[in-house]
Amino acid sequence: MGATVALQKAFVPKFGLDLAGGTTVTLSPVTANGKAPSQESLDRAVTIIRQRVNGTGISDAQVAKANDNIVIQIPGAGRDEALRLVSTTAELRMRQVLAVAAATNQPAEVPTAAPTPSSSAAATPAASAGESTPARESAPPSGNASPAGRVLSKALTAPSPEPTSTSTRATTHRRAGAGAARAKASPSATPSPSPPAASEDAGDPLAGQDTSGIEPALLDEFRKIDCTAKNRGQGAIDDPNKQIVACSDDGTARYILDKAAVQGTEISGAQAGTDPTTGEWIIQVDFKSKGASLFADITRRITSLPAPRNQLANVLDGVVIVAPTIEEAIPGGSARISGSFTQTTATELADQLKYGALPLKFQQSSVVSVSSTLGQDQLRGGLIAGALGLIIVVFYLLLYYRGLGLIGMASLAVATVFTYLTVDVLSHNAGFRLSLPHIIGLVVSIGITADSFIVYFERIRDEIKEGHRTLRSAVEVAWRRARRTILVADAVMFIAAVVLYFLAVGDVAGFAFAMGLTTLIDIVVVFLFTKPLMSLVARLRFFSKGHKLSGLDAERMGRTSPAEQTLQEA
Amino acid sequence: MPGVISRLYRGDINIDFVGKRKVWYGLSVFLLAVSILGLVLNGLNLGVEFRGGSVFDFTRTPGSSIEQVRETVADTGVHQVIVQQAGPNWRVTTESLKGDEVTKVQQTVAQKYGITEDEVSSQVIGATWGGEVSQKAWIGLAVFMIAIMLYLSVAFEWRMALAAIVALVHDLVITAGVYAWSGFEVTPATMLGFLTILGYSLYDAVVVFDMIKEVTGKLGTSARMTYTQAANNALSHTLIRSLNTSLVAILPVAAILFIGTTLLGAGTLKDLSLALFVGMVVGTYSSLCVATPILVTLKEREPKWQALAQRVHAKEAAAAKAARTAKEPVSAGSQNVTAQATDKRKKR
Repeated sequence: MGATVALQKAFVPKFGLDLAGGTTVTLSPVTANGKAPSQESLDRAVTIIRQRVNGTGISDAQVAKANDNIVIQIPGAGRDEALRLVSTTAELRMRQVLAVAAATNQPAEVPTAAPTPSSSAAATPAASAGESTPARESAPPSGNASPAGRVLSKALTAPSPEPTSTSTRATTHRRAGAGAARAKASPSATPSPSPPAASEDAGDPLAGQDTSGIEPALLDEFRKIDCTAKNRGQGAIDDPNKQIVACSDDGTARYILDKAAVQGTEISGAQAGTDPTTGEWIIQVDFKSKGASLFADITRRITSLPAPRNQLANVLDGVVIVAPTIEEAIPGGSARISGSFTQTTATELADQLKYGALPLKFQQSSVVSVSSTLGQDQLRGGLIAGALGLIIVVFYLLLYYRGLGLIGMASLAVATVFTYLTVDVLSHNAGFRLSLPHIIGLVVSIGITADSFIVYFERIRDEIKEGHRTLRSAVEVAWRRARRTILVADAVMFIAAVVLYFLAVGDVAGFAFAMGLTTLIDIVVVFLFTKPLMSLVARLRFFSKGHKLSGLDAERMGRTSPAEQTLQEA
Repeated sequence: MPGVISRLYRGDINIDFVGKRKVWYGLSVFLLAVSILGLVLNGLNLGVEFRGGSVFDFTRTPGSSIEQVRETVADTGVHQVIVQQAGPNWRVTTESLKGDEVTKVQQTVAQKYGITEDEVSSQVIGATWGGEVSQKAWIGLAVFMIAIMLYLSVAFEWRMALAAIVALVHDLVITAGVYAWSGFEVTPATMLGFLTILGYSLYDAVVVFDMIKEVTGKLGTSARMTYTQAANNALSHTLIRSLNTSLVAILPVAAILFIGTTLLGAGTLKDLSLALFVGMVVGTYSSLCVATPILVTLKEREPKWQALAQRVHAKEAAAAKAARTAKEPVSAGSQNVTAQATDKRKKR
């Protein structure tokens, strides 16, 4: 039974939302100067939106780039939430860390190592390299399994002394910090703040931490939240004037965070680069004037506080992307984040700091939701039209070409099966979704496929009229001539399909895809099926003697039959 | 077997498409003028996808009427309500609504007609979306034309490429003209149809040109036929194929049009197939009566073919003179054909 169902599933292609029902949202980027956005920023936006949609637990949602637009497809209901999610462009906010703990309350995961020190090492980005290495090695499985360790040991140091970063804004403030910064260039030299006092009570993540100044409701929320869950609050819209509970980006730690101290709009730029002395990847962040003073204030205020309150979390899209320890007051309007970055992670973080959540502003160009009833109607309509089209064409071929029509019919059948299998395989392996434009494209292409046979059949008939003695030689000569015509004509169709596919938006691309696909299949079928079949059939008496029903009846075509002709010539 | 059909079947029909090209040119210019006039005076009836707006589709329940549906939707505070019957569904078009307004309409309609909210399909299209779609379509059209010009120039020659493109523009303008005068709604699906016509129009022309190339290639230096006559022969030769192709192409489209109109009423199926249907009919005409005549007009300006034409005409004149002297009232053309036939028989 199960196998039958599985087999059935494998032989039914997956349908697009216009046939299966669901919501399709098309987002168009809005750029200040009306220019096309860069492909990287679009790719990044796709990734972020995908995270948001997946974070809500909607299964099987697709987020894809289509030219300069982003198309989000959400099957079934649930459109309101999805729309709200994708339409907000979250901003970066810098918030002081008030409390921190491991992702969950389950100490059972830790067999030998004491839970709290290891978890706080994992959770406290402040832990510097020297101290955190042994701690990390003994970290519980959950800590080790975290996808990205990059946020774990970062230090936000003073403005970097590199000559490249001598922005005019920063120079005036730099003198004081420069010497100190140079001394602290390497993160290993960072004075390591001690982790919060080890807690004996593994059940309370807040044990041993200073909870003063935290709203009581948040304490409860903090105790309950599970940051290893799939939905850990990505995409949440955080109010900058309120304290919040948030998870780290990689799901390894949870935080209570203060009101926003600096907002992402106050960042003027962020750049990934390598430290000239250590060669490790760092991120250079520059602030606008108001942001610079706000940043100076917050760093001055929290740098002397005990951990974890000397950390400044950067919150984006509801999650903490990085929470470096502030080593000193940073007045220069320019700061540097260092740690175990790779080029990729450094660039990604720099972009997030620079652009906020979405690198582009979007507007909803089109929101289409199709009910499953309408989808079924459309599918049924498309299939009936396809079947009807095929039947009419086959009927016409038989009527006109008689016996040859049978060959055309067989070729069409092969092409249909071939197309179906291709669509099926693509839908199961390459994420292809059969939609109404595809079906229409396939139906319309019946004509193209049939035309290849017609070109060939007409050529054969021409050759016979011109007096080829045997059908076998006529079939071969006609093929050589028809082949070229078929290829040239199909090439035109294919160029049309390719141009449309790459340049058009929305449904047009799907339609073009179907057209291109059938053009290719047509060539394959004509070359590998129709022609060999024709050569085989030419040996049959029914065809070679020009039977009245063969479609090659010489008399009906206006030529004396081969037999008579031979007599005449003799 | 007498009659046009059996002659068509045998392919021995000889219509002077090329010789009467002034007639076709005149007809085409007239049609183009009418189409452009329609586009200027009436413009195209752009669908919601181009204007921006919201569309709701839901099953027509027994007893519901257009007025009733309009009132129900208008009661939610929506202003421009247009209700249409689309196959088994109601289709309600309104101005562009916001997310919560859409939900409100869906809820109200669902409640009134005893269906679930999810069964009310909706589309909300921003005002700029249509602009983007058409802009892309124009770019696609331009790139396509250039690509095809290049391809045909390489595969055939630039004159054929030019003739094919002229025929293509001809088809597009006339199809658009039909839309302008009839007031059919233009949706993205219609644009799809327009774009497909490009492919078909060329496909047909390419097959005809391929045959012309083959036939005229054999002309050589003999003074048997002018380029015009040879092209006309080629055209007559492929006429049956052209008609068959067009018919076979139009049949499935007609099937979609039929199903789209009767079963579904409105939507992608109908819009697309209607554009295809109109375009293919025009395309069949143009590949026979526009593309080839233009090609011939271009080719006859070439010195090589001019010289050939002169020789052929001289020969024909001489033959006619000879025929007159022999007092046999046979036309030059048929004599030519007879001569050919005799040639062939001798060869065997």
